[in-house]
Amino acid sequence: MKLWRKHLERVIQWGLLISATVTIIAVLLIFVFLGKEGLPALLKVPLSNLLGDRWIPVSFENPRYGVLPLIAGSILVTFLATVIAVPFGVGGATYLSEFAGRAEREILKPFIEVLAGIPSVVLGFFGLVVIGPALKSLFGLTSSLTALTGAILLAFMALPTILSIAEDALRAVPRSFKEASLALGATSWQTTWKVTLPAASPGVIAAVLLGIGRVIGETMAVMMVTGNAAVLTASPFDSVRTITATIAAEMGEVPFGSDHYRILFLIGLLLLGMTLAVNLYARRLLVGKIRRRKR
Amino acid sequence: MKAKPWEKAGLWGIRVLTYMVVLGILFVLGDIVTHGAPAVTWEFLTAMPSKAGAEGGILPAIVGTLCLLLVTIVVALPIGMGAAIYLSEYAGSDRLTEWIRLAIFTLAGVPSIVFGLLGLGLFVIFLGFGASILAGSLTLAIMILPVIIVSSEEALRTVPQSLRDGSLALGATRWQTVWRNVLPYSFPGMLTGSILGIARAAGETAPILFTVAAFYLPRLPSSVFDQVMALPYHLYILATQHPDLALVRPKQYATALVLVTIVLGVNLCAIILRNYFRKKYCW
Repeated sequence: MKLWRKHLERVIQWGLLISATVTIIAVLLIFVFLGKEGLPALLKVPLSNLLGDRWIPVSFENPRYGVLPLIAGSILVTFLATVIAVPFGVGGATYLSEFAGRAEREILKPFIEVLAGIPSVVLGFFGLVVIGPALKSLFGLTSSLTALTGAILLAFMALPTILSIAEDALRAVPRSFKEASLALGATSWQTTWKVTLPAASPGVIAAVLLGIGRVIGETMAVMMVTGNAAVLTASPFDSVRTITATIAAEMGEVPFGSDHYRILFLIGLLLLGMTLAVNLYARRLLVGKIRRRKR
Repeated sequence: MKAKPWEKAGLWGIRVLTYMVVLGILFVLGDIVTHGAPAVTWEFLTAMPSKAGAEGGILPAIVGTLCLLLVTIVVALPIGMGAAIYLSEYAGSDRLTEWIRLAIFTLAGVPSIVFGLLGLGLFVIFLGFGASILAGSLTLAIMILPVIIVSSEEALRTVPQSLRDGSLALGATRWQTVWRNVLPYSFPGMLTGSILGIARAAGETAPILFTVAAFYLPRLPSSVFDQVMALPYHLYILATQHPDLALVRPKQYATALVLVTIVLGVNLCAIILRNYFRKKYCW
């Protein structure tokens, strides 16, 4: 083989390897820059202030950086969205994989996946002008901007993820499981709930978790429809301010390097930690499932 | 065994749940099309905005989004496809490969607003690009890398192993094999998969909030260091920040329609292309 060919092979292989390691570098950069901008806040702002229940960052004399209302807001909206999305997501996946006809599935699944392509700002706009006012008149609320409005939108946005991955998991259950159950005289409904779903449960749970991971990090739609009042509340009819919305709404106006600026990075780091924990746990469920099947 | 009545009811229950999701999607799209279509005129698409977006068109926002996409593609496509080729054709099952796969999965789950923070800290401030097309596009490029890599790798894996083995057995090098026997058959698939990622970048708002998007800037960009308006951010501004929200409602709907059309249109093209190429090569 000619020498230059050998060198070219080497160069190309290194180039490709470097492209692949860009992903690792990117993940590291995220941690480095969020840490670099955010962690100094821990030294400058006392913990009692950070863990307080009041978020008044722009006060001139006594700014309060209590992140509890923001965390509570994110958790409330995420919890409500999950409660709404799971019946649709798991029910829909079960229907598509176990009961729908072939043609029905081939049309419906891609169509539902199209939903993942609708930009979140468009869904936020829809929530603002249609869902919010509808809920307001339905429940006789004083404001259309509530946690519930946000949760409904987020549930909608998590659905393609949940439905698609859960359906894959259900379809990966070996046919022999179902056939054995049916041969023993179980109905297809019993087989689905007592054999197929339990067998697919790690994948289905992972699907829900990945949906939750998406919901916690969602920004635009939530910011547009939840009203953004930083109050500690557990009522779906109150306005809430999530971590994501706080960053998005305030980062544009803070002076570079100020305490407020650093704390926004710090809660970004917190947000990243929350989504990563959920996603990595989901990944463990999925990978564990694959390993077991290979054996 | 025959289904019991309550089992039939249960089946109908999940069928109804499924179709409610479908109806929900149709309702959202229908609402935006019916309210948006009357306001989308030629003038709206090609004129500069005036009076903070209450009058005129959205030309700078359309151009801004297209510029962002172009630079994003130029950056993300080669890196993403290179990474996919490495993973599918070169990588063994060593520690480094495992790390790369973990990084791809991690990156895919990072919230979009966190990418915005990264872009602000790294590109805008640390590297000194300022709020610019370059900073915004690099941020978006990192965000869509996982989509490009995963879908490209999937396309590469559909090429049968025998094509590689045959080429290698004849004495071709690894890259010659990839270049002449793998890429020609997998490139269309890699490209269409990547388009899906790019479509996602077109609709994202959070990563461009602090890295490029201009509140109101009725002129066209002249270099990659310029700020631009972008369609998703423009919709956000019109929908929440405009002093007279009811007055600009038609403009809001029209902007939403243009944005949805671009994103779903690109998606649809990718899906049609993919189906076409899938049928072309039957292994």
